[in-house]
Amino acid sequence: MSFEQPRGLTSMSRTDLAIETSGLVKSFGGTRAVDGVDLAVRAGSVYGVLGPNGAGKTTTIRMLATLLRPDAGSARVLGHDVVAEADEVRGLVSLTGQMASVDEELTGRENLVLLGRLLGLKWRVAKDRAADLLDAFGLADASGRLVKHYSGGMRRRLDIAASIVVTREVMFLDEPTTGLDPRSRNQVWDIVRALAAEGTTILLCTQYLDEADQLADGIAVIDHGRVIAEGTPSQLKASIGSGALHVRLLDPDQRPVAERLLARELSTVHLEPDPAALSAPCADGNRAAEAVAELSRAGVRVASFSLGQPSLDEVFLALTGHPADDQTEEAEIAEEELA
Amino acid sequence: MTEARLHNVLATAPRPRRPSALSASLTFGWRGMLKVKHVPEQLMDVTLTPVLFVLMFTYLFGGAIAGSTAEYLDYILPGILVMSVLFTTVYSGVSLNTDLTKGVVDRFRSLPIWRPAPLVGALLGDSLRYLVAGTVIVVLGVALGYRPGAGVGGVVLALALVIVFAFALSWVFTTLGLLLRSPNAVMNAGFTGIFPLTFLSNVFVDPETLPGPLKAFVDANPISILASASRGLMEGNVESADIAVVLGTAALLTALFAPLTTHLYRTRT
Repeated sequence: MSFEQPRGLTSMSRTDLAIETSGLVKSFGGTRAVDGVDLAVRAGSVYGVLGPNGAGKTTTIRMLATLLRPDAGSARVLGHDVVAEADEVRGLVSLTGQMASVDEELTGRENLVLLGRLLGLKWRVAKDRAADLLDAFGLADASGRLVKHYSGGMRRRLDIAASIVVTREVMFLDEPTTGLDPRSRNQVWDIVRALAAEGTTILLCTQYLDEADQLADGIAVIDHGRVIAEGTPSQLKASIGSGALHVRLLDPDQRPVAERLLARELSTVHLEPDPAALSAPCADGNRAAEAVAELSRAGVRVASFSLGQPSLDEVFLALTGHPADDQTEEAEIAEEELA
Repeated sequence: MTEARLHNVLATAPRPRRPSALSASLTFGWRGMLKVKHVPEQLMDVTLTPVLFVLMFTYLFGGAIAGSTAEYLDYILPGILVMSVLFTTVYSGVSLNTDLTKGVVDRFRSLPIWRPAPLVGALLGDSLRYLVAGTVIVVLGVALGYRPGAGVGGVVLALALVIVFAFALSWVFTTLGLLLRSPNAVMNAGFTGIFPLTFLSNVFVDPETLPGPLKAFVDANPISILASASRGLMEGNVESADIAVVLGTAALLTALFAPLTTHLYRTRT
């Protein structure tokens, strides 16, 4: 496993780990939601934990944030054990949960002032801090509205703002962009990048390879409570093939011609279930453009094409031989029932 | 949302010292106040309901039970005060249970604060609701002709005693709120307990006419003793033993159920 130079916190030695887990296990009923997870996250880095629903991402984060007690194994945050020194850990971390961790029945401003007060700010300071945060996060106009009337993107931004009312060394972000439109997603990404630039260590759980690739310095792929692959985004992509050209034709009858041409240009071609669609692995934008131009020269009418990152499904297919099935039923429902 | 502002706001994040237990609890109490401010209908159960209780019991039963409504008012008003406030305590458990279904509790639980603060704060906020209910009842009673023998001072002491007891009893319902699965279940279980205890007390009738075993139960019921102590404080002839029993029971309930609630709140997944 190799890492790139961490951003920020340059004074810390390279071996400093912000998050370290070893053999972490948590079971709900008979199901092992987390089944021996080892993580090593360098201080100042953004670390992506990639996996489908129910793979154990949230359970891992909840143990690291001292909300759940591990059944076995150990976890340390900046050197503090999450069980024995839970209180110290709470003073260093903040959690942005999958269920928005803000109070829907209060306004945006009240949420931030409340947290400021709970974290020890004086009234005056808490109010000023709330105003600054709302302003910086583009929520100033909505500051007096109840959060239950916020859009998904606004809620997420408020949630992250609530996590940085005071300085936090380590942030846990649990699927911060799930369910957001592309514009809101980009706003959240900008915030995460800004946080990383300030040297905050971020553990980011996500279902999107794209998101981990955009933001993270290191990625762990998690499946059925275990880490099944780990490395930098480029290592990971290299091991699974880094993308595919997707083409949709106007006329399904032309697919055999298109298949032949693409096979010549890009080797392997995959026929999609849609009779007008086909795809081929391809990492290079220029080669993809060339291949599409070739189709057009041959008179194949192209309805649309795109060059995309592999989906989580493709990642899982490449790593495990099975698609990223929703594992919710096995783990999270068990958790629900026990709660 | 500009990058410069974002960086500025991140770079200027303060590093305060942790708040005291009291400050954290009061902040949670403030949270409760804010919710009432946004949804004032939440005050119905501490305003409209007590008004209905006073009018209903005074005029419906007054003549039949005590011969005259004026006479019954003297007896029933402190009783209705006790009943209304104790009924309201069930909602502490209901609202805690409702809170637990929301993501914000995860954030509270991951904050470096005194562990019982969210619970103590919520109950402090609820205590203000008890005060509202109590004030409504006393003011309405005076309007209907109730004249407490011990004057304003006696009434204030009686209110304080009832609120202290209600605060302690609330811990029982917050424990229920953490053990049961839905707000409705908490409400049902809560009222199943509080209804018989309230009716099998001296809140409504003098137990002198009751058969032996029932009278023994009613006399030992802490709610009877709380009602007697409240009447005594308002009339100026309170027995200090009653006050001691009420405060002792309150201390016992708090000592048992406050740590239990805190433990359940912390460990609930």
